[in-house]
Amino acid sequence: MGLDQSFTGRSYPPSAPYQVGREKIREFATAIGAEDPAYHDPEAARALGYPDVIAPPTFPMVLSMATSRQIVEDPALGVDYSRVVHGDQRFAYRRPVTAGDELVCVNSIESINARGGHDFLTTRSEIGTSAGEAVVTVWTMFVVRGEEG
Amino acid sequence: MELPTQRYRVTRADLVRYAGASGDFNPIHWSESFAAKVGLPGVIAHGMLTMALVGRAVTTWAGRPDAIVEYGVRFTRPVEVPDTEDGTEVQVSAVAKDTDDPGLVRLDLTATCAGVKVLAQAKAVIKRP
Repeated sequence: MGLDQSFTGRSYPPSAPYQVGREKIREFATAIGAEDPAYHDPEAARALGYPDVIAPPTFPMVLSMATSRQIVEDPALGVDYSRVVHGDQRFAYRRPVTAGDELVCVNSIESINARGGHDFLTTRSEIGTSAGEAVVTVWTMFVVRGEEG
Repeated sequence: MELPTQRYRVTRADLVRYAGASGDFNPIHWSESFAAKVGLPGVIAHGMLTMALVGRAVTTWAGRPDAIVEYGVRFTRPVEVPDTEDGTEVQVSAVAKDTDDPGLVRLDLTATCAGVKVLAQAKAVIKRP
């Protein structure tokens, strides 16, 4: 029972490069009802100093959630995904994600704690351009619920 | 300083749109029977959709879509979304506080749905407008 705490600090291979498309950002912004012109109109984004439309703040989850599967599905770590609940979520931004970015995600395990019969797994995703510019750091805490009874 | 409350309506159609845009197709966000099977009261919104709506409130208060420096939340209660035209409503309020850095402001955020707080430790640090 319980996740192996020796996995703390483990780093995983960089994800395949992700091409951030203008229409994907527009689709995401529309899905959350975000109407700010900088999310939709390249001219409005350029007026703020960006080369193309910028993504809303939670957009990096599109990458980090998909790539953090390499951790939650790591057979050696042995997370039972059917018991996983999203506990908390944090972002630290250097700049917004922008259409035209080619992004790579490097995931690692920041911490593993056991409390009250549950495991708390915090992953850290360093998202940057394939040219090496840091863009945003994403922390996700997964609660792996213990077996009941 | 207290900031003006923002209100966002969430319907089942919004959950479908968010699933498609985000790639998170977990059936607890669209299937009543699946949600019941895993012990939920009904179909619930993606935590990340709630966080995105609160993010809209933050950028609205900041007055710029690129003002956020840090943003974090803890998901404490699910946002239940009934299968009705009106769905439900998430209300977001915040208190702005100075930080040690004169260029930055911290927002302590509160998000509620049907009178219940759905997030804890929700905070954002934004560039001073």
